[in-house]
Amino acid sequence: MANEKYETHEHDVLIIGAGGAGLRASIEALNQGASVGVVCKSLLGKAHTVMAEGGVAAAMANVDAADGWKPHFRDTMRGGKFMNNWRMAQLHAQEAPDRVLELEKWGALFDRTPDGKILQRAFGGHTYKRLAHVGDRTGLEMIRTLQDRGVQQGVDVYMECTVTKLLKDGDRVVGAFAYWRETGRFVVFKAKAVVICTGGIGKAWRVTSNSWEYTGDGQSLAFEAGAELKDMEFVQFHPTGMVWPPGVQGILVTEAVRGEGGILRNKQGERFMEKYDPKRMELSTRDVVARSIYTEVREGRGSEHGGAYLDISHKPADYVKKKLPSMYHQFKELADVDITTGPMEVGPTCHYVMGGINVDAETGAATVKGLYAAGEAAAGLHGGNRLGGNSLSDLLVFGRRAGMAAAQYANGVGGSSVGNDQIEAAAREMLEPFERTSGESPYDVHRDLQESMQNLVGIFRNQEDMTKGLDNIEQFKERAKKVRVDGSRMFNPGWHLAHDLKNMLIVSEAVALSARERKESRGAHARVDFEKLDDAMWGKQHNIITRNADGGLNLAQRPLMEMPEELKQVLAEDQ
Amino acid sequence: MAEATLRVYRGDKDGGGHVDYKVPVAPGMVVLDALHYIQGHQAPDLAVRWNCKAAKCGSCSGEVNGRPKLMCKTRMDDLPLDQPITVNPLKTFPIIKDLVTDVSLNYRINKKIPAFTPRENTDWRMQQDDIDRVQEFRKCIECFLCQNVCHVLRDHQKTEEFGGPRFFVRVAGLDMHPLDSVSRTELLKDELGIGFCNITKCCTEVCPEDIHITDNAIIPLKERVVDDYYDPIMWVIRKLTGKK
Repeated sequence: MANEKYETHEHDVLIIGAGGAGLRASIEALNQGASVGVVCKSLLGKAHTVMAEGGVAAAMANVDAADGWKPHFRDTMRGGKFMNNWRMAQLHAQEAPDRVLELEKWGALFDRTPDGKILQRAFGGHTYKRLAHVGDRTGLEMIRTLQDRGVQQGVDVYMECTVTKLLKDGDRVVGAFAYWRETGRFVVFKAKAVVICTGGIGKAWRVTSNSWEYTGDGQSLAFEAGAELKDMEFVQFHPTGMVWPPGVQGILVTEAVRGEGGILRNKQGERFMEKYDPKRMELSTRDVVARSIYTEVREGRGSEHGGAYLDISHKPADYVKKKLPSMYHQFKELADVDITTGPMEVGPTCHYVMGGINVDAETGAATVKGLYAAGEAAAGLHGGNRLGGNSLSDLLVFGRRAGMAAAQYANGVGGSSVGNDQIEAAAREMLEPFERTSGESPYDVHRDLQESMQNLVGIFRNQEDMTKGLDNIEQFKERAKKVRVDGSRMFNPGWHLAHDLKNMLIVSEAVALSARERKESRGAHARVDFEKLDDAMWGKQHNIITRNADGGLNLAQRPLMEMPEELKQVLAEDQ
Repeated sequence: MAEATLRVYRGDKDGGGHVDYKVPVAPGMVVLDALHYIQGHQAPDLAVRWNCKAAKCGSCSGEVNGRPKLMCKTRMDDLPLDQPITVNPLKTFPIIKDLVTDVSLNYRINKKIPAFTPRENTDWRMQQDDIDRVQEFRKCIECFLCQNVCHVLRDHQKTEEFGGPRFFVRVAGLDMHPLDSVSRTELLKDELGIGFCNITKCCTEVCPEDIHITDNAIIPLKERVVDDYYDPIMWVIRKLTGKK
């Protein structure tokens, strides 16, 4: 890659994203003897994993002795309405306990049982107490442990650096083009294998628990490089985000509040989950709870600011502060609510995408050579709806697997070259917005996109809305091509957004197209015009998005993989 | 709707100055919301770091009306709105642009600290009481506000000789891990220069996680250094056994 013009770095394995999946992948690739670079948009340790609160699901059976991989597998498949990649669900359930214990050996400290083992708490959709946790800051403990392990092992971290394009040699991915956020200077990464661990897409919605980073970068990079995206219609709206005051709308309220006994009520004081899921109540799956709250609000029984009341104040104040310390402070400081004495107001917030890059279960390999994906950016494990706690275990299990496979592939693959034209085209694309003297701010287009996705491709969907949403996206695409950027290339959020916007538009279109096509309601995908599961037709099909010759999105269906008899038996056994 | 004026530092290493922006104030609004409003409507190139907006990631540190704060939890209604709200970058770290500073020093210091090293032959059983003792240090979200106000760093710029409160907290979190087996006192004394700290508690005051940095981390660590290096009995034992 003889391009002297740009700063160039070379690694066997390049990992994009430094959340749990990226860090776990990097540690494993290093273990395999590979040289590893990790590129991340923020500072190290600030990725979304740090915000994970409730816990990591692993059937260690420390609290409920009857737990094991089979019940965890069953819960995951049932929660995902059987759209899951069964092999991923199996590997995940089998390997998660080892991954958690491994973290402990690297220094993570989890809360304990009386006999000194890792304590596990109840969570929605999990039959047994299964979530290893540290109060309500499990993600922080995990990311610190992983980042320190990675740094000590010798990973090279490129912080505040954004990848805008994957570079290819023929049909192989062999690197990435990026810019330093600080200076705006371009940088070329040459790699034998690339692992995408960039997380989700939630910033395309107005009410979201996601940070500025969650703009569908990895999904878009993979799509543009020719890889498949799978089941993008399955977007999780977490039932409990903050709803008041307006500035905090969407900020996550951990499911651990319900795990610890929190009760949901409407404005009439009714415990409305009795109507929607009398068996599991507040600990039903997230899709069900989110729709229940939304329905209560829509039918006029919502709380003062359009949500539901979530109450944990029947538990002793000291217990609440010990088990949910960050929730206690979050409400006290941001909403003037003392959760030990009164209820919180909560409502659904866009939180997670179950769909993503289509990967091989064992290796995380995408459908393009040299490209891997793990964590939220990858599809498969969660199917139509993710259970709480299965994300932190997902990124450990499949981060490790992708890191291992990428390093092994890198070890056996030959040299590569990238034409300068690819690099120059990537640079030109980034510089275009500066050349326009007129045009609107990227923030304007972003706001309109968020509003459109929120209103038209949200929790409840119908044909007409989604068609309108797709029309809007066409207009936004045109507007995004003409946005103007003020200022210099130095740490310029407007410029950064101008590019991120393109990614958000790709994933938004993928979501809306897939969602309009799936004419049934399943898991997180709820249609008012097709309210029932359609097992005969849609229960057997994935939606697959690929890139057309002209760069547009192509949607096709593909049958689910046939599940082996032994797993069918596991599903049939009742716990 | 009420209106506030934000007086935001705009500039880079070559200099700069304050620019006033008018922002409508909504209920419950925090300073970070106001900065986002400015980005969205007036100055798209205004540089500010943020991620979670819920005081969990420690990205949006700044100096609001002269006080070091996480801007995501600094509420506008706690500030006097009849005068401009001044927003500055952290002073201790070199400016990159506007409210973004170069905090890479902290990542370099962190690399000096030996990782958790478990005891041999442990069965990995731990008691909750022992965990609770260490949890305080592990709550740290690395906002670096403590580093920013520590006068050893802020006024004396001892960036090479001194680790700073954040990293004493980190060492405490490792040293007090019930199963850790390595001593970090030599590191504390020599590489991290814990002796420079004269316990003014500025760090403790600004910690958004309410970690008792001075009392619970720094003072006990100072005592360990004293015990290991300046206790005459320990000195004799070290001489006799040859151990550090």
